[in-house]
Amino acid sequence: MRQSDPRPLSPHLQVYRPMLTMALSIIHRITGSALYFGSALLVWWVFAAAMGPEAYATFQSVAASLPGQVILFGFTWALVHHLIGGLKHLVWDTGRGFDLVTVERMARLSVAASVTITLVIWAVVLFSGGNP
Amino acid sequence: MSSFRTPLGRVRGLGSAKSGTAHFWQQRATAIAGVPLVLFLIWLAVNLAGADYATARSLLSHPAVTIVLALSFFVILKHMRLGMQVIIEDYVHVESWKMIVLLANSVFTYVVGAGALYALARLTFGAMQ
Repeated sequence: MRQSDPRPLSPHLQVYRPMLTMALSIIHRITGSALYFGSALLVWWVFAAAMGPEAYATFQSVAASLPGQVILFGFTWALVHHLIGGLKHLVWDTGRGFDLVTVERMARLSVAASVTITLVIWAVVLFSGGNP
Repeated sequence: MSSFRTPLGRVRGLGSAKSGTAHFWQQRATAIAGVPLVLFLIWLAVNLAGADYATARSLLSHPAVTIVLALSFFVILKHMRLGMQVIIEDYVHVESWKMIVLLANSVFTYVVGAGALYALARLTFGAMQ
C-alpha cells in the first residue's frame, strides 16, 4: 500500500500461529477464486454440447485426459469444500457457533465432509462405468 | 466526531449511498440460492460423465434442465463476481489498478455469462446436429 507517511500497520497473517480455522478461512477464498475460473470450464461443457458432436468430443477428450481428470477432481473438491464452508459462514451469520470448541469442531467436520463427499462423487462416476 | 443521529436513523435508508448492505446481502442470497443449484449441477455432471453426445444433448436440452441451468449460471456468476470484487478490494491498493482489475472482473463474468446464454439458447432452439 502506498502511504505518504509510514504509519504503523495492524499485524497480519505472519504474526499468528497457523491454525486449522485460519487455514480454512484462506482456503475458502482460494477455492472461491479457483471456482471463479472453473465457471469457464462449466460453460465450455454446456457450450460444447450445444455446438455439436465434434465440439463435445473435444471437450470429452480433454476431460478424460490425465491433466483434465486432475483438474476436474480439484474442481469437485473445491466446489464441495466451498459449499460446506459457505454453509458454515451462513451459520456464523446468524450469530451462532462462535465458541472455540464449536469453531474447531466445525472446521474438522468441514474438511472430513468435503473430502468424503468428493470421494463419494468420484466413486459413483467411476463405478457406474461413466468415466470416458 | 459525535453524531446526534440515533443508530436506527443512521441505518434506515442504508446510509447516503443507499446501498450499504446490498453487497453483503446479495452475497448471502446468492449463496443460499446456490446450494440447491450446485447440488443440481453435481447431479447433472455425475449423470453425464462419459455419456455419449446424444444422451448429453437430450438431457441438457430438456426444458427443466435448461431452465435450472440458466438459474444456476445467473446465481453463480453473480455470487462469484461479488466474491472476486471483495478479494480485489482487499488486495489491490493502487487505485488505477484496482479500477482496471474490477472492470476485468465484470468483463470476465459477462463473457462467461454470454457464452452460457448462447449455449442454452442453442440447446433450446438449435437443431440437433
